[in-house]
Amino acid sequence: MQEFLQQLVNGLSLGAIYALIALGYTMVYGVLRFINFAHSEVFMVGAMTGWAVGRQLPQGTWWGGLVVLGAAMLVCALLGMTIERLVYRPLRGTATLNVLITAIGVSLLLQSVFQHPRVFGATPQLFPPVFPERNFALGGVALSSNQLVVIVVAALLMVGLELVVHRTRLGMAMRAVALNPQAAQLVGVNINAVIALTFALGSALAGAGGVLYALNYPTVEPLMGVMPGLKAFVAAVLGGIGSIPGAALGGLILGTVETFVGGSAWLSTYKDAIAFAVLILILLCRPTGLLGRVAPEKV
Amino acid sequence: MLTVTNLTVGYGAITAVDGVSLAVPAGAIVTLIGGNGAGKTTTLRALSGLLRARGGSATFDGAELTGLAPHEIVARGLGHVPEGRMIFANLTVDENLRMGAYLVRDAAQVAATRERVFGLFPRLRERLRQSAGTLSGGEQQMLAIGRALMGGPKFLMLDEPSLGLAPQLVGAIFEQIVAINRSQGLTILLVEQNARLALEVSSYAYVLESGRIVMAGPSTELRNDPRLKSAYLGG
Repeated sequence: MQEFLQQLVNGLSLGAIYALIALGYTMVYGVLRFINFAHSEVFMVGAMTGWAVGRQLPQGTWWGGLVVLGAAMLVCALLGMTIERLVYRPLRGTATLNVLITAIGVSLLLQSVFQHPRVFGATPQLFPPVFPERNFALGGVALSSNQLVVIVVAALLMVGLELVVHRTRLGMAMRAVALNPQAAQLVGVNINAVIALTFALGSALAGAGGVLYALNYPTVEPLMGVMPGLKAFVAAVLGGIGSIPGAALGGLILGTVETFVGGSAWLSTYKDAIAFAVLILILLCRPTGLLGRVAPEKV
Repeated sequence: MLTVTNLTVGYGAITAVDGVSLAVPAGAIVTLIGGNGAGKTTTLRALSGLLRARGGSATFDGAELTGLAPHEIVARGLGHVPEGRMIFANLTVDENLRMGAYLVRDAAQVAATRERVFGLFPRLRERLRQSAGTLSGGEQQMLAIGRALMGGPKFLMLDEPSLGLAPQLVGAIFEQIVAINRSQGLTILLVEQNARLALEVSSYAYVLESGRIVMAGPSTELRNDPRLKSAYLGG
């Protein structure tokens, strides 16, 4: 039982990070109907920003940790908007396949740029302990303060996103664009601004995810985004691509399943394979995901 | 109010609208009739900015429209009820109407417009909490018109409001279109395949064929024009 609770806590904190990244995939898919494969590199840039800023600050303070988190979110929001403006917007209206391939190109470009020794280099670096660190034991379940930070920050960001999407004009416009871009324009939505802000929001969440990930797996390197990015993509599909609650749920489920598999004696080497087996299974059995749905169309 | 001069719009190598000129005076209902593929919808989509014009100009209250983004055109008071209605199927009727008022910041104005829309289409009030995708075709058309009215337009473009509706519903919708024009002074550009009906409610008409205006005149005259009778009014 103790073992079970321990794995559950570990799994939820990993899942919360997947959920944050998955939200970006699903939001961009919602408004543009394509998978932004460069999103995993936005996550990486978030961790890198956290590393660069965190080294300049006194370590083990709450304010320092929050500054690092804020800086990573801001840099990633700007990066996401820049990628959209320079790369995806000129391609809008062309075949989805072109945009998808371009997204993979952007992803490789960012990896390569960061592998350049002048920028970062290929050697992994230790992520500074920017937040105060304490370990708790709750009824035999070990819990680190960093795991708590992950769960609390992720929960706050997801609630915040939910409020933005359902309580603000921007959220209203985002939903309208996701449902029918042309009709959204005809009620007066500035579609370019909404798409840019969608990228900003999704990328900021990935940036936060990058810092939170690096806190718990404390090295950063230019290829660190690949696996978490792919798994978050699986999480988004599991939850139902395009569905915001779906992405959150998918992330939590995937993180938990992966942790349990990784913790079992005879399956642990297959923990990465499990994520992709999940992807294949969903696509076979329930292509719309857990919370996704096919929009009813009536002509 | 709206003056279109030599408007040309195309897709790739195809020129769908080829030098269309027309004028809609304030307070009038003007109709643009023609068969399938004549370029009626393309004309409207170019006027609301969904398509970019290749040439020509369109001025609304004296200001140029071509080159503006759709949201800027809506903000100037041009409403567009598109072909196929394009309601937000997953949202409720209520949410669709609120979405229509996206650019209207004044809550009192939104509430007043809502009441006017319910006055025109009482069915919408009954179905307020229902998902818009579950409405009947006629109700969806009412919602599409209601949503456009929520933005408080000065000018309304309607694309085939009769499409796919039962005859008695078509009559009801057209009565409300005339009512919107009479009681609220809204100027209307009506695109229709149902030429007989369009000529009945409009004061002036243009006939579009293969992207060009081939005939124009007061609707009462066109109704009796022998050429139009054989081509569009079934003899």
